[in-house]
Amino acid sequence: MKRRTLLQAGALSTGAVVFMLGLGWWQSRHSDEAPSGTLPLPIDRMSFALTDQHGDTVEAADWLGQPTMVFFGFTWCPDICPTTLSAISDWLEELGPDADHLNTVLISVDPERDTPEVLGDYLSNFDDRITGLTGTLPQIEQAAADFRATFRKVQSEDNYTMDHTAGVFLFNADGRFANIIDHHEDPRYAVPKIRRVLE
Amino acid sequence: MNRLLAATLLSLVSSPVLACDAVQLGTIEVEQAWSRASIGTSRPGVVYLTIRNAGTEDDALVSIDTPISGMPMLHETVVTDGIASMPHAMEVPVPADATVALEPGGYHGMLMDLTQVLKEGESFPVTLTFRNAGEVTVPVSVQGVGATDAGCSENNG
Repeated sequence: MKRRTLLQAGALSTGAVVFMLGLGWWQSRHSDEAPSGTLPLPIDRMSFALTDQHGDTVEAADWLGQPTMVFFGFTWCPDICPTTLSAISDWLEELGPDADHLNTVLISVDPERDTPEVLGDYLSNFDDRITGLTGTLPQIEQAAADFRATFRKVQSEDNYTMDHTAGVFLFNADGRFANIIDHHEDPRYAVPKIRRVLE
Repeated sequence: MNRLLAATLLSLVSSPVLACDAVQLGTIEVEQAWSRASIGTSRPGVVYLTIRNAGTEDDALVSIDTPISGMPMLHETVVTDGIASMPHAMEVPVPADATVALEPGGYHGMLMDLTQVLKEGESFPVTLTFRNAGEVTVPVSVQGVGATDAGCSENNG
């Protein structure tokens, strides 16, 4: 028996179900109102400006007209970041050319280490449709605020790591927030969620 | 003795497929030990593996050691209220009659201060210390940067 694994999976899926139920309740109650502090702003109301791995400036308005998938992370962490990037690469591969017009974006929460060059080097190991964004700390803070995401530097003896929002945000082509993919979500559910914003 | 150790290490390097085989230590069985290729040595490396405790007494993995890391540690990725964090794990419980996985998104060995680049297809040894069962050294096969499992053709667990 994979007792611990089963327990973890059970707790996670219960948590995910409770979260999604809560999200459904929130959306059904507030669907006609402006988003408050819980969910990301619509993209057309975001005000961030960041730099991609090629050194080009990217602003929220650049994403409008195409559906968008965004997640926060950093390239230094050995476990969840490559795991999430692998999962997203798998989703993109499964979607094939359908995902060519999806803005797929990693926003680094570790601007000290993740320069555009470092991001580009790291992302070259994954699907080439993934854009990496970084910036100054205030720029990253603005982006996190737009997405209602959080991140925090955790210092240890001679190193630091970053706590950060783990979900993957999905937006429709007109910039409306659509859904969140939990980072542990089964690909059988993740890919259909992405397809819904591609339609 | 040193020559024997060197020979052992060399054989590990040339036989990554060993990582798919189970290594036995009393009633503890360790298998599918794998890592991801590193980009340089400035980022920490990772170790994942599966531990089966076929015995009737609880045990725990209390530390890991490897010559390729200046500071190997046990960590756990936890997601609380949608926030991912990576606290240091004092130990990984290995209950009686249970299988515990160090796997992506959960418990993992974090290899700080890499002494060499980890290249796909190579292998390195990791020594696991259990509270009761003692020490065992297992070969860890290095998979690609984006790998999500040990790459063993079949799960013999």
